[in-house]
Amino acid sequence: MNTLYRSILGGRSGTIGFVVLALLLLVLLPLTLDAFRLNNISKYLSLSFVAIGLVMCWGYGGILSLGQGLFWGLGGYCMAAFLKLEAAANIAKEAGSDQINALTTVGLPDFMDWNQVTELPWFWYPFKSLPFTFALMIVVPTVIAYIVGTAMFKRRVGGVYFAIITQALCWAMELLFVTRQGWTGGINGITDLRTMLGWDIRSPSAQQILYFVTCGGVLGCILFGRWLLSTKFGKLLMAVRDMEDRVRFSGYDVANIKTTVFCIAAAMSAIGGAFFVLNVGFMSPKLITIEPSIYMVIFCAVGGRMSLLGAVYGTLAVSYGRTFFSEEFPALWYFLMGSVFILVTMVFPQGLAGITAWAAPTWRWLTRNFRTPPPSPPEAVAQEATKP
Amino acid sequence: MLTAKIAAIVLLAGAAGLSWEEIRGVAIMQGFAGLSLFSIFLLMALGLAIIFGQMKVINMAHGEFLTMGAYTTVLISWLCESYAPGMITWYFPVAMIAAFLVAGAVGFLTEWLLIRHLYKRPLDTLLATWGLSMIFQETFRQIAGARETSATMPDWLMGSWQVSDSIDIPINGMFLLGASIVLTTIVVMNLQLTRQGLRVRATVANRDMAGAVGINTRMTDRMTFALGCGIAGVAGCAFTTVGSISPSAGGLYIVDTFIVVVFGGAGSIIGTILAAFGIAQAQSVLEFFLSGVLAKVFVLGAVVVILMIRPQGLIASKIRK
Repeated sequence: MNTLYRSILGGRSGTIGFVVLALLLLVLLPLTLDAFRLNNISKYLSLSFVAIGLVMCWGYGGILSLGQGLFWGLGGYCMAAFLKLEAAANIAKEAGSDQINALTTVGLPDFMDWNQVTELPWFWYPFKSLPFTFALMIVVPTVIAYIVGTAMFKRRVGGVYFAIITQALCWAMELLFVTRQGWTGGINGITDLRTMLGWDIRSPSAQQILYFVTCGGVLGCILFGRWLLSTKFGKLLMAVRDMEDRVRFSGYDVANIKTTVFCIAAAMSAIGGAFFVLNVGFMSPKLITIEPSIYMVIFCAVGGRMSLLGAVYGTLAVSYGRTFFSEEFPALWYFLMGSVFILVTMVFPQGLAGITAWAAPTWRWLTRNFRTPPPSPPEAVAQEATKP
Repeated sequence: MLTAKIAAIVLLAGAAGLSWEEIRGVAIMQGFAGLSLFSIFLLMALGLAIIFGQMKVINMAHGEFLTMGAYTTVLISWLCESYAPGMITWYFPVAMIAAFLVAGAVGFLTEWLLIRHLYKRPLDTLLATWGLSMIFQETFRQIAGARETSATMPDWLMGSWQVSDSIDIPINGMFLLGASIVLTTIVVMNLQLTRQGLRVRATVANRDMAGAVGINTRMTDRMTFALGCGIAGVAGCAFTTVGSISPSAGGLYIVDTFIVVVFGGAGSIIGTILAAFGIAQAQSVLEFFLSGVLAKVFVLGAVVVILMIRPQGLIASKIRK
């Protein structure tokens, strides 16, 4: 039990941080925000899965991927494919049997109909079943991450080159999704997703439930990340980041370690993408291209690249700031955001987490000094300390 | 690449029942379209090859330096039109120098304020310069407006060169090609033949050793960065001859440019030239057969696969890490 407490919750300070985040997400926000804002928060939270993955991959592993949007998008598209097939089936059902003969493409998603695709493509068939969808949602991004990771890390490609290659991959996939309109819905993406197994996901009560499920997912990912980083694998990961050659000479396969953490980050991103689709009801290639992927890195950097909790705060802060400022002062937003990036990288490389780590002792020092007005002589301090 | 393209076009055109004369015309025109794209890639990648290839700084704001040069050109053409209409024929060389100086000076300041603090953390330059590019873009938008603008072109840059009935080569495209060749030559000569170039190469090869023999490495870094940005400014100036400019115009090319530099092999200018040529020609060949976007997908895919097989790029530099 004690080891569990140490490894998963990270001791006393880790537990406090985790409980504070849990209270904020599960109690404070649902009580204070209206349904629309709460839905926004669940949208942001589904992005924080990527940021948590990036903390492990980039902060602890030193692998910067600029293409996390790819994995997030694949997870999202898998979920969207399932929901879209159900929506198409519902439309066919509503049309009734007398209409079915009139429609040549019954049960096909509307965008396929528009693009003269008359038969469901073979890779859409697994998305007729929910368990298969869940499996593919994790497996497809992980396998892609595995292939990319193995190919790169075995050849010892890293750092900047890896970042740029992942960016190219992400862009290529976005363009592919845009051009294959009949298969993916093109630039509009997959829209009008309303039900999941007959459950209306756009209703207010469903959105509230989904919010809590998303929160659960985020908190679960944080706990999983903490556990993973406290194991021997976590130690190795940091060792690879700090001195790759030494780990290699100690007899470990560095490429495997890197590939594993990249796959885990990809799988987490994919889960986030699926939650996004459930919360928002659509998926579009505009959300998975280069710029959103850089934003994902920025969430992680603002929150603190070494802090799993910080990733969530960073995502919430940047996304909320983006929505707020682009509504109120669109011009100011770019200046502000640009300055934040520069400031975070130059002054606070550890992000929000670094600021709290720096602020906590200062705060303690300040409060202590205000409680005992005169600079106390040693015996007074000793008395203070021995007081019950 | 080019021969494959010409052969393919000949086959297609032959099937369409065109005469030999027409086929030759189409092939030359298509090849020239690829060369124009190559010039833009090369101009853009040249500055980046210095900044990213030599200094390992990921300058995501590189596109904005191009935009800056383009806006300088637009401003000078506007000033010239308003105050000295007689000089409109010859303002372009002045604009080119001004674009170099403006972008170079801003680059100098950027290095001093921002980049020099981040040399130890190359991945962090990416975030900081991304922020910088947002600030630049918004500044352009505030000053010049969000709409596209373009410079007034002098007469000698307009029109086209009618070689024969079916071959019609635009002058501005030729100018772009010429500018990229001249600029590349200047940069390569500067790196290989001058003291400044020697200092840059020494600093890249071994910073501590270069410092020990009396090279001011910090100043060299600053001048190198400023030079790279200045070249981007000239690229922007040349860019105004073929397209109109908007605040986000430079940003559209930044990923392409990085791919060109990485594909060519960071640290090698020759590699950059080859990569720019290969990617541009491959893209225009494929665009002839497929849609433009799908051509892009194939090119990106091919580049990624080649980089997986050959991670050091086309031409590997012999410098150890």
